Amino acid sequence: MRFVALSAPSTARAALVTLASLVTALLICALVFTLSGHAPGEVYGTMLRGTLGDATGLGEVGRRTIPLLLIGAGLALAFRAQFFNIGAEGQLLLGAVFAAGTALFVPLPGPLLLPAVFVAGFLGGGLWALIAAALRRVNVNEILSTLMLNYIAVALVTYLIAGPWKGKDVRGYIYTDTFPASTSLPTLPGSQVHWPTLLLGVAVALGLQWVLSRSTFGYALRVVGENPGAARYAGLSSGRVALLVALITGGVAGLAGAGEVAGIHHRLLEAGQISLGYGFTAVIVAWLARGNPALCLITAPLMGVILAGGDILKIDLNLPFRVVDVFSGVILLCLIASEVFIRHRVQWGRA
Amino acid sequence: MDNVLTEALVRALAVGTPLLLACLGAILNERAGVVNLGVEGLMAVGALAAFAVAASSPDANLWLAVGASMLAGAALALLHAVATITLRANQFVSGLALALIGTGAAGLLGKRFEGLPLFNKVADLSMGGLTVSPFTVAALLLAGAMAFWLGATRSGLTLRSVGENPAAADVLGVNVGLIRVLAVMGGGALAGLAGAFLSLSYRSSWADNMTAGLGWIAVALVIFVGWRPLRAIAGALFFGFLYYLQFRLQGNSPIPTEVFSAMPFILVLVVLALAGVRGQAGNAPAALGRAYVRGER
Repeated sequence: MRFVALSAPSTARAALVTLASLVTALLICALVFTLSGHAPGEVYGTMLRGTLGDATGLGEVGRRTIPLLLIGAGLALAFRAQFFNIGAEGQLLLGAVFAAGTALFVPLPGPLLLPAVFVAGFLGGGLWALIAAALRRVNVNEILSTLMLNYIAVALVTYLIAGPWKGKDVRGYIYTDTFPASTSLPTLPGSQVHWPTLLLGVAVALGLQWVLSRSTFGYALRVVGENPGAARYAGLSSGRVALLVALITGGVAGLAGAGEVAGIHHRLLEAGQISLGYGFTAVIVAWLARGNPALCLITAPLMGVILAGGDILKIDLNLPFRVVDVFSGVILLCLIASEVFIRHRVQWGRA
Repeated sequence: MDNVLTEALVRALAVGTPLLLACLGAILNERAGVVNLGVEGLMAVGALAAFAVAASSPDANLWLAVGASMLAGAALALLHAVATITLRANQFVSGLALALIGTGAAGLLGKRFEGLPLFNKVADLSMGGLTVSPFTVAALLLAGAMAFWLGATRSGLTLRSVGENPAAADVLGVNVGLIRVLAVMGGGALAGLAGAFLSLSYRSSWADNMTAGLGWIAVALVIFVGWRPLRAIAGALFFGFLYYLQFRLQGNSPIPTEVFSAMPFILVLVVLALAGVRGQAGNAPAALGRAYVRGER
């Protein structure tokens, strides 16, 4: 078997291959469910009924779509620049920390406080990602550094809510006091969909798509990502592009963190409760969108179904939430393993 | 004083053992030119496979359990090999997917083993006043054997050539793809063995997330030790000692606990940065992380 490069791979081919890899992934997951003693039909049926089948379920999907859309759109940009940021989880947490710090301790008049919370969230996430971009300059692989920063972010959140920021009206549990009412985001009735953040996500996805395809920076970013040699020859600084990409992609993850605490929890709480692995799932959102931020408008809800579905499986079938990791990992592996079929056709037999 | 030193050494060796085994596995992959970031997941399935076999009956064979862990690690690593070597997928992202699949599947399939007793524990060895696991002894011997094999044998040289210059190896008639697949599976088997140590010897039980980030530290350790098996012993002991300090100082110092839980990860960053500044990353096998396609450069 060998691969023959196609001169002009079509969009239809890309779509078909992506679809086929998703189907393959679902079949492999079905095999894992069978091994763990659950009928795949029951698992998938429960997931679909519980997420798309009723209004509450749809609300849960929407709630999870918000951070996935924001983070995924940022990651799509990062992957195009070959900046493999997998630390969005930590960047989201730092966004939540900065947002909470602002909401709890910065005395601003009501109408100014909410915007300040989001600006702080952006800065928190962006600065956390900048550490990885800076370390890349001394040849530290950003996959490893962003991953380590995730673990450190979790420890930081735990320290704050158990120590200096621990709420006065809290017994036993660890979390901060409730934020002032002026920082609470409105939600769609009967759900936890904090729609202002959802709108922000849509704007970010469309805005980043524009940046990528229309702006000078986007052009530099694509050149650096697709052909680092040519970029150097043209005098484009890949280091500077990486710094800016890190700031944006980490910043929007930070916005997602600010949205979660201001829209849903109204306080800073344990890392595992702020994020259900949004940072990792968003990697797939971005990869499914093939590096197009705007396409995350489709792929984020898709992965939102899987995250919300994981919760349903936990409750209805008593499956561990880890099932989401299996979905995520298998889908991601099938996606990247199938990429070769987009740009090549397969020729059987010897060369 | 003597007691504290002995305790520190025993503890450092205990935590250092899975780090060393996993690190040796990663060195094997990477010397052949393939990065596998999935070590955490490989360790998780190794730990589960070993425990599942050992806990399934009172007289379950421990050798069988250890074999199962290596087989499970190699099988999962084969996915990575097919994706990255045959289908030329991005090695870094594939490894990330593998880590998710491994930890996820182990958590899912392992739920029924949670809280079960282990009938047949691996007995510790007593050596010169030190109590160590047989896994520790095996890991140390393996490091020496791997150093000799890579450095002084023909097949070791072949493996290295595939990682340094696959095109030249190909011209000389070496089957680059096959060697890489075998190296990835061998690395997976060693990571699985690291997991078996955790569930058979270190903890003698199964719990979700019992690898607790050790796999990721092993991956970073490879860079720190410059892809050399003997140096990996020192690196693993160093991080093992760090875990011991964390254990000793927790609660006995004014420093908050969370600082200690974050410490290994902070240290990995510092160590990687130092390795980077010193230009250690230049020791990496030249073809590391790149798929080999005949005729392409």
